[in-house]
Amino acid sequence: MDSIMTDARWTLVGTIDDIPVLGSRVVRTPDGDIALFRTAADEVFALEDACPHKQGPLSQGIVHGRRVTCPLHNWVIELATGEAVAPDEGRTGHVPVRVEGRSVSIALGMARLSRGGCRKACAHV
Amino acid sequence: MDMHLSSNNGPVVELNEATLTTGAPRKERLVVVGNGMAGMKTVEELLAKAPGRYEITVFGAEPHPNYNRIMLSPVLAGEKTFEQIVLQGRDWYDANGITLLTGEPVEGIDRTAKTVISRAGRVVPYDRLLIATGSMPFIIPVPGSTLPGVIGFRDLADVDAMLAAAAKGGRAVVIGGGLLGLEAANGLRVKGMEVTVIHLMPTLMERQLDPSAGILLQRELERRGIDVLTGADTAEIIGTEHVTGVRLKDGRDLPADIVVMAVGIRPNMALGKAAGLDCGRGIRVDDRMRTSDPSIYAVGECVEHRGLTYGLVAPLFEMAKVLAGDLAGQEGGAYAGSVTSTKLKVTGVDVFSAGDFSGGEGTEDIVFRDAARGVYKRLVLKDGKLLGAVLYGDTKDGAWYFSLLKDGADVSAERDTMIFGQGFGSADAGNPNAAVAALPDSAEICGCNGVCKGTIVKAITGKGLTSLDEVKAHTKASASCGGCSGTVEALLAATLGDGFKAAPKLKPMCKCTSHTHDAVRAAIVAQGLRTMPDVFQAMEWTTPDGCASCRPALNYYLLCAWPGEYKDDYQSRYINERAHANIQKDGTYSVVPRMWGGLTSASELRAIADVVDKFNIPTVKVTGGQRIDLFGVKKADLPAVWADLNAAGMVSGHAYAKGLRTVKTCVGSEWCRFGTQDSTGLGVKLERMTWGTWTPHKVKLAVSGCPRNCAEATIKDLGVVCIDSGYELHVGGNGGLHVRACDLLVRVASEEEVLEYTGAFMQLYREEARYLERTAPWVERVGLDHIKAALVEDPERRRALNARFLFSQTFSQDDPWAERAAKGVDRHEFKLLADVE
Repeated sequence: MDSIMTDARWTLVGTIDDIPVLGSRVVRTPDGDIALFRTAADEVFALEDACPHKQGPLSQGIVHGRRVTCPLHNWVIELATGEAVAPDEGRTGHVPVRVEGRSVSIALGMARLSRGGCRKACAHV
Repeated sequence: MDMHLSSNNGPVVELNEATLTTGAPRKERLVVVGNGMAGMKTVEELLAKAPGRYEITVFGAEPHPNYNRIMLSPVLAGEKTFEQIVLQGRDWYDANGITLLTGEPVEGIDRTAKTVISRAGRVVPYDRLLIATGSMPFIIPVPGSTLPGVIGFRDLADVDAMLAAAAKGGRAVVIGGGLLGLEAANGLRVKGMEVTVIHLMPTLMERQLDPSAGILLQRELERRGIDVLTGADTAEIIGTEHVTGVRLKDGRDLPADIVVMAVGIRPNMALGKAAGLDCGRGIRVDDRMRTSDPSIYAVGECVEHRGLTYGLVAPLFEMAKVLAGDLAGQEGGAYAGSVTSTKLKVTGVDVFSAGDFSGGEGTEDIVFRDAARGVYKRLVLKDGKLLGAVLYGDTKDGAWYFSLLKDGADVSAERDTMIFGQGFGSADAGNPNAAVAALPDSAEICGCNGVCKGTIVKAITGKGLTSLDEVKAHTKASASCGGCSGTVEALLAATLGDGFKAAPKLKPMCKCTSHTHDAVRAAIVAQGLRTMPDVFQAMEWTTPDGCASCRPALNYYLLCAWPGEYKDDYQSRYINERAHANIQKDGTYSVVPRMWGGLTSASELRAIADVVDKFNIPTVKVTGGQRIDLFGVKKADLPAVWADLNAAGMVSGHAYAKGLRTVKTCVGSEWCRFGTQDSTGLGVKLERMTWGTWTPHKVKLAVSGCPRNCAEATIKDLGVVCIDSGYELHVGGNGGLHVRACDLLVRVASEEEVLEYTGAFMQLYREEARYLERTAPWVERVGLDHIKAALVEDPERRRALNARFLFSQTFSQDDPWAERAAKGVDRHEFKLLADVE
């Protein structure tokens, strides 16, 4: 993990309690909005706040299991990878998240926010 | 000075350096600070590995010999006595030549002189020092937390304090719905106190249990008479001389004679920290339990190892083994961290969890629910290995799962049947029917009707049954809630082999369940299911928390079935109903203020114009429902926009809701030369009655003042067409993709009748239609005769339906905009979490 993350810039964005269970909050960055999601099991994931389909704001979707359903056209996106669930195809960028105690940080340096999503280098940690 | 010395204690001077210069070669001196389970386990292991190697002195802060701390719960519940939980009596210390100093906490370490000093002023030198000071209950720093009557749950003194309070009866509030808090709550309840558990998180024991199991546990505790308040945050503890109650942040006051604080534990590392040892969340140790000082070790709950702290007994024992090896001079042996499992020690409540069940990348869930037996099991797998397990109601395979998990065993071969337990999968691996085949004849298959496997098999073979419906008809198995229909089909398949043909499946609600919308709704009412997790369990959902398709539907069904009682599940609503505005393709929102019956005024229009200017709203559009729609509002601006509209007397138009949208009217007899009745006035009355309701899909009404029908009332969900002699009620129409003109339901003479019919129609639709089914397809599906039978031919039923509608409306007519604009409800929805430069 460390070897992947050496060039990352961890940015503290809040606490896990700021994000509703099965809900989402948005972090605004110069590279675009990042949606942070919290699952029922208190995992936190961060995705580019844009569906690979028509850039719908995923932060406004319904979170279930480890997926979110886009509010615009019901595409289902994997929170861990940003990948669209079949039969849809596409991928949105995802951002590494670190939860320490209740604090949530995201690694903006590692984010691949260009449309088309992230490559292997930003494997989720 | 309150000192308890064990019987073979010599004078203190015996421990001093001077006396050790003579005679046999001096033994190394081991001083153990902490007479608890971790410290004494270490000593016990050490004595086994290297008897007599050390001269051992043990300091204990409590006035007791070492006892089994995890058995304090049974002591509190009266199931065990203190004597029964003592691990090493004073005679054990004597027999092993250990100097035991109880009731004497150590207050300092002099690392240069290699001595410790106790509160009693005793200075004892060491060659090696072991810190095993355990942990302390975390007392949340709210006002009143130091009042008498506020108790932790950590040691025997706490238990004694609770027992003394319980002897007087009265009320206890337990703060913290984790393992310890629930055990305390159960003990106090068993002892006759009125007990309320306050838990900050939405479900109990959320660190050990997933939400499904947490809810089951909550139900069981409630059945035992323990009140459970989840999502409850303590504001302060009330009282002057002694605690009298707890105040929650939402303003509720709970009376209490004692408050048990069980929100968590903190490593007790003060001694190590003061001595300058490297500390994080605990005293940092390496894999051999050595601190940053090579002469000093630490073990148990006071340590931080590889960034983790532990609060369960198994890891402490694993640490103790490694440490004892090191102290005994053995090479090798390293503590590599622990995989832990948890069991709740509440008699009759079987809960088990182990490993990581939070899911993770590439994990899969296997979920098993047996509603009749109250069993829930969830296994989390990754790469063919078991990663975590949560068991509720049936924990007999916990040990098996735990060993598979710890060993990292490849379980691909057992995968299909392992959820049924260890007995399965050996002979018939991969055949789910084998699981059913292996059940004894006495196994209950249908919990609703109490039908056993033997009865069903006998009916299948004896009467030549070949289908689920036949089994239902002959045995009543799966004839009620239908929850066991899958099991019955497996039984058919196992009994008949190839002779069984599965019945064509009705379309299930979604991929999370095999049940239809209608079956689930019927079960909600028939079985009194009152929360979403209750439905998941009773109807044997295959996912832990549903999906974006079933959750909004269930939320609606529960809301409709239990008005005023069911708490709306915010995260199960579509964004429009969460944000109380309509999301647009660019992520902005549109805002539609309500205009009753399509009426507006100069002041309302002026306020709207001001809002448009103030918030730079790009598009203003008149809608088909006679409202004004403001497009392109930024989400963050919504509360401020609403505040301004509220100030001008306008409320939410619910243009975003699966609920009453608009009542469209024409001007009617007030202005129109053809008007027969006051259609505008009636429209306003209808809108006042029906606004705010939640329905399966959107509902639009209209009132036309004459048969020319300018309000287009005959393509509405319910349209009123005024005629000279009264009112025609038309139902089941809509525009849109498939235009459907209404059917004429009835002609009535008075406005009162229009209102009663409308309420009754709305309620029939609310209770019978499937979620996202508009009135048009609903009326087509059930037929107009069905609607007429309920509303026209049965006045009694009509009145009852209307009464239920009006009752539900008493809980739904709060302006959601005002709640958010003025009262700050759901503030997080409209604010960024962070803005990173």
